[in-house]
Amino acid sequence: MNPATRYTATAITLHWLAALLIFTTFPLGVYMHELTLSPLKLQLISYHKWLGVTIFLLTVARLAWRTTHTPPPLPETIPRWQQRAAHGLHLLLYALLLVIPLTGWLMSSAKGFPVVYMGLVQLPDLVGKDKALGDLLMDIHKMLNFGLLALVGMHIAAALKHHFIEHDATLRRMLPFGEGVK
Amino acid sequence: MKKSQFFSLLLLASAICGAQAAEFNQVQTGKSTLAFAYKQMGVPLEGKFGKFAVQIAFDPAKINAAQARLEVDLASIDTGSSEGNDEVAGKLWFNTKAYPAAQFVSGGVKALGGNRYEALGKLTIKGRSLDVSAPFTFKQEGAVGVFDGAFTLKRLDYAIGEGIWADVGTVANEVRIVFHIVTNAAPSAKK
Repeated sequence: MNPATRYTATAITLHWLAALLIFTTFPLGVYMHELTLSPLKLQLISYHKWLGVTIFLLTVARLAWRTTHTPPPLPETIPRWQQRAAHGLHLLLYALLLVIPLTGWLMSSAKGFPVVYMGLVQLPDLVGKDKALGDLLMDIHKMLNFGLLALVGMHIAAALKHHFIEHDATLRRMLPFGEGVK
Repeated sequence: MKKSQFFSLLLLASAICGAQAAEFNQVQTGKSTLAFAYKQMGVPLEGKFGKFAVQIAFDPAKINAAQARLEVDLASIDTGSSEGNDEVAGKLWFNTKAYPAAQFVSGGVKALGGNRYEALGKLTIKGRSLDVSAPFTFKQEGAVGVFDGAFTLKRLDYAIGEGIWADVGTVANEVRIVFHIVTNAAPSAKK
């Protein structure tokens, strides 16, 4: 009931929406990359790009919400250094969720296949067509994504550890259902 | 006085030259381009053909005698990616092994007023011949004549992109062909 013990409904919705989008876009990217050229591949690449733009916009919205709404404090039982680590991890996650779509956009420009969001809104090309740059950006996009995978893994592992091992309220602050914290 | 006389003489001379029948038939292949534009998943993309041969005989004063022939080496296509180039050479697209070239043969040229014209003719790709009309402009600068034009074809009319690729929701049916052809006037034999 106490509003300070849980994230706002908006923050919770945006967080889980981001999770859903990331867990769709990442495997889609890996899968489509392996396909030989076909209409399906072209469609999936477009969907991947649209999802990436959506994640970028969602992250901007989340940051805007986050800076105007103080999140509920972590349980006092958590050591200070872990609280700081959690905060740092969150910052890194936000940074990657902005930078990764940007590298995808840059890479699309460099490869000469511009992004047209939802097939409707064409994003401007940030760089000219340049094959070498396109390949480099693809490597960076890939590396950053595996960095994201590792960080998301830590994020989930930490949440589960607090929930199932320490039995504290860390995860419950972000769960979409459930009562507040006693 | 002398200067202005000189200039009016020059003007007169150029007017005579301009009025003189000049046939543009020396195609500058290196300065000419043949490009295309299409949409893929709503994304506007461009490509070009690296090798093509053009024969033109065009005299703005004798439009009825104008002729053009174009032969395009389809394997010289640049779609923007090597993966794409390999794909469109294949059977479902141009099938360049069986049909290495596309041809356009003009049947006539219509004057549309000003420097605007329209070339009518037959375009043959992959064994299919269809009538096309290509509006173009002709700009003359001295002995150089430049043709700029474009027309839109439907790729499925020529069975370009069959089978799984026939879905025009992914690769659009409409392909815009854009040509820029630079010619020189024939060295005038008759004085």
